[in-house]
Amino acid sequence: MYEFAYHRPGSVSEAVSLAGDHADGKLLAGGQTLLPTMKQRLAGPSDLIDLSRIDDLRGISVKDGVVTIKALTRHVTVATSPEVKAAIPALAALAGMIGDPAVRNKGTIGGSVANNDPAADYPSACLALGATITTNKRAIKADDFFQGMFETALEEGEIITSISFPVADKANYQKFRNPASRYALVGVFVAKVGAHVRVAVTGAGSRGVFRVADFEAALEASFTPAALDGLAVPASGLNSDIHADAEYRAHLITVMAKRAVAAAA
Amino acid sequence: MTAVSMTVNGQIVSADIDPRTLLVQFLREQLRLTGTHVGCDTSQCGCCVVHVNGDALKSCTTLALTCDGAQIVTIEGLATGDVLHPMQAAFRENHGLQCGFCTPGMIMTAVELVRRKGANLDEHTIREELEGNLCRCTGYHNIVKAIAAGAQAMGAAAE
Repeated sequence: MYEFAYHRPGSVSEAVSLAGDHADGKLLAGGQTLLPTMKQRLAGPSDLIDLSRIDDLRGISVKDGVVTIKALTRHVTVATSPEVKAAIPALAALAGMIGDPAVRNKGTIGGSVANNDPAADYPSACLALGATITTNKRAIKADDFFQGMFETALEEGEIITSISFPVADKANYQKFRNPASRYALVGVFVAKVGAHVRVAVTGAGSRGVFRVADFEAALEASFTPAALDGLAVPASGLNSDIHADAEYRAHLITVMAKRAVAAAA
Repeated sequence: MTAVSMTVNGQIVSADIDPRTLLVQFLREQLRLTGTHVGCDTSQCGCCVVHVNGDALKSCTTLALTCDGAQIVTIEGLATGDVLHPMQAAFRENHGLQCGFCTPGMIMTAVELVRRKGANLDEHTIREELEGNLCRCTGYHNIVKAIAAGAQAMGAAAE
């Protein structure tokens, strides 16, 4: 790791102030992505602002058909939360598929969403469920939040405080894992609210998570796996690597979307 | 250098450390608790798993400073004197190790698993929960048997 100065604020306002003072600093949540990145010297922040002692940023609440998860809530907490399991079982299931048990004991929803790794799981849930990402400054719709690989609408020094997920009538997440890393080669989150359907894909897009308008229209006409017969996302613009080329990922998107619809219906 | 203090296996320890110090480096290099191993150093293999405030974590992917004030238990903290912890005993009884490099992490993961999911663990659950612990010798079969037996023994000991 490159050298950094360490800070441990006790409140969001203190963290915002520290982030403002240190433009080349980074916020540390669970650190399950950031610390490996720093160890490989792919990131070298001048300052590390450890959010782990801001207890205000932990907790889950369900009110008026919306599940609100504060930013430092760990994956294990979401995966095992009776409230989340009852309101949006697909969201709890997704949290239980991230990493491994030790990673889920430390990694946080806010860290995952802020990082917007192109293979992360949570961004697909945010986009498909039409989540709202709340920061210390404002509320941002998921459709506006994810702006490309590792790119988000967050401004310098802006801190996610919570993420709110409207409860869906039906929802499911299907993940095709890289057999070695267990990251999503392709992950598809399907959600149905009333007549509206949203389909979000992670792991596949070269610009990160994205929605599939054709799939959504077909599923709004008929919420069945067969509705997706013959439909496919174009391979251009999809990731291609030694694990899966773009054509294979395009194929997987339709397969995983069908499985998600079958499991949700 | 920054001051850090934590409780490791029941003893309070304090030190001034470089902020970059990982928990596993602090345990091994500062405290000489070398039972916690570094295998991959990329949070894949689980040889470095320790308990931080009761949670099994990868100590190669945790800053020591984040653990300021925390309760840490390492593999050295499980046995009571010369009496092995039931999970350690089960690994011995069931031939749950060959080279032994992954064993500390396996056992720390297993003990936390029993605390989370109880003493009656089926094979599928154990194999799923071992997703973050790699063993290159055993083929896992006897590790799974050891954890099932160790879980039963922990349950019996708790009664």
